[in-house]
Amino acid sequence: METFIQQVLAGIATGGIYACMALAVVMIYQAIHHLNFAQGEMAMFSTFIAWQLLQWGIPYWLAFGLTIVISLIGGYVLERSVFKPIHNAPVLSHIVIFIALFAIFNSLAGFIWDFTIKPFPSPFGNAPLFGGGLIGGHQAGMIIITLVVLLILFAFFRYTRVGLAMRAAAANPESAKLVGIRVGVMTGLGWGMASAVGAVAGILIAPVVFLEPNMMLSILLYGFAGAVLGGLSSPGGAVLGGFTVGVVENLAGTYIPVVGAELKLPIALFLIVAVLVFKPTGLFGQRVVQRV
Amino acid sequence: MTVQQEEVSAVEARQEQQARSVSAATISSLVVLAALVLCPFFISGFQTFQLNLMLIYAIAIMGLNLLTGFNGQFSLGHGAFYAIGAYTAAILIDTFGVSYVWTLPAAGVICFVSGFLFGLPALRLEGVYLALATFALAVATPQMLKLSILEHWTGGVQGIVIRKPKAPFDLPLSQDQWLYFFTLFVGLLLYWAARNMVKSRSGRAIMAIRDNPLAARSMGVNVALYKSLTFGVSALFTGIAGALGAIVIQFVAPDSFTFVLSVALLVGLVVGGVGWLPGAIVGGAFIVFVPNIAEEISKGLSGAMYGLMLILLIYVMPTGAGGLIRTVTDRLTRR
Repeated sequence: METFIQQVLAGIATGGIYACMALAVVMIYQAIHHLNFAQGEMAMFSTFIAWQLLQWGIPYWLAFGLTIVISLIGGYVLERSVFKPIHNAPVLSHIVIFIALFAIFNSLAGFIWDFTIKPFPSPFGNAPLFGGGLIGGHQAGMIIITLVVLLILFAFFRYTRVGLAMRAAAANPESAKLVGIRVGVMTGLGWGMASAVGAVAGILIAPVVFLEPNMMLSILLYGFAGAVLGGLSSPGGAVLGGFTVGVVENLAGTYIPVVGAELKLPIALFLIVAVLVFKPTGLFGQRVVQRV
Repeated sequence: MTVQQEEVSAVEARQEQQARSVSAATISSLVVLAALVLCPFFISGFQTFQLNLMLIYAIAIMGLNLLTGFNGQFSLGHGAFYAIGAYTAAILIDTFGVSYVWTLPAAGVICFVSGFLFGLPALRLEGVYLALATFALAVATPQMLKLSILEHWTGGVQGIVIRKPKAPFDLPLSQDQWLYFFTLFVGLLLYWAARNMVKSRSGRAIMAIRDNPLAARSMGVNVALYKSLTFGVSALFTGIAGALGAIVIQFVAPDSFTFVLSVALLVGLVVGGVGWLPGAIVGGAFIVFVPNIAEEISKGLSGAMYGLMLILLIYVMPTGAGGLIRTVTDRLTRR
């Protein structure tokens, strides 16, 4: 029983990372209705910017804020410059552009800041809090910040005019245009916000996994899995999905004999696919009903 | 002229136009075929090997195209079927001493079955959810291949090394050339099969499912069966490509079959043109040659160069080479 609780706690700690990323994934999905494969690399790039600012001696929270602003603007500019010219192209062409962006960001980060692994400071310290040292100060702070970001996003989409306009632009671009919403600007804004959330996720994750150009690869995958598990239309579900993936991954590694430890990742993914087969819209997603 | 007469003459004009573009298509495909046959006699052994790889990727892309382009199901996991095909061939040659020629049908059958079985649960998933499920398959593949229980067969992390076959009947061809023509022959056979399948009654059913599953079902198409069968056939093509890849490269190891391979196949599909079978060759060429070109332009920034070229290509032809050719021929024939 004790190992069980320990493993669940460890799962929640890693799940916090996935939850951050899943939240960023859902954000962009709400804005553009695609899964963005370059999202992890964008977050990694933002984290490198934060690291650079810290290296220049800027205080932590100022650097944190600056990085978020830079990422917001960067995401907006990226959407307006790269995706606007091909907004009529088929979905698969968009996916290929995501892959291209993935390669570009990864290679640029390696070129500018090289591929050595860099430590990244945490504002919360690493003193063990509870759970026998499994959940340290940083993990607790990470989970709290994730929840705060979630609350802010919820309020933004629920109570502000811009949030409503963004939801409308994503759900039904043509009708949104007819009622005077500038759909293009809203999509760009969605990218900006997704990139900002990604930056937060990256800065929170970097102290745990260390900073290097390939840090986001597996995390993005778990983030996708968490987002899909929770349902791509629900930010809260995505966060819960992220935690679930973390816990499932840890328990599978501990309790499934022989192959458990070797196949942690495939087993976690398999369970998610199994969930999807029985509930295709994710646990908290809404079923989309289409008129024929 | 009455309305009916006008309609008749319009139909005639269209038929004439089609006839003309069909003959143009036949001529250009003959030219491409002739170039493919003659090429290996004028280039070095390594270049022949590269061309061979291009053909192999083209076969794999053709399989993916049947699934994505004609049936509308996304797959980010075709690298997994490629890996299954490659390992089937390698194990059959290495452990059982089977001749390389007979590993192809075996790889095809095994991949068809696994594709069909994977297609069954995939029936319930659509769009991004299917993309995620197949992506999971791609990510899981190298880890499955490294499993210690299977090490006796798969050689674990080390992989399997196989010997390169010689040209039979004392043909005056080097090993690379012989394998190239072998691949070309298999590729043409598969292309012929895919083309006939797409043009047949089943092909129309497959495309009807892509365009409107509900309407297809009400017309009496067994949507579930056709979708899983297409998954199986698509996996068969990709698996045979994998087997050829193993024979030509003479080596299989888990890390050759990461999700990067699946992503490359998808990129090749889009660059060649979704829903256009000959585009596979363009896609295969992209997979083999563009990363090398990017590396030559800049060593440090090769990834960024690759990405930039990809973006430029999509700007120039948002619907791939197939779309570009279609617009160009449309313009020419309209004049």
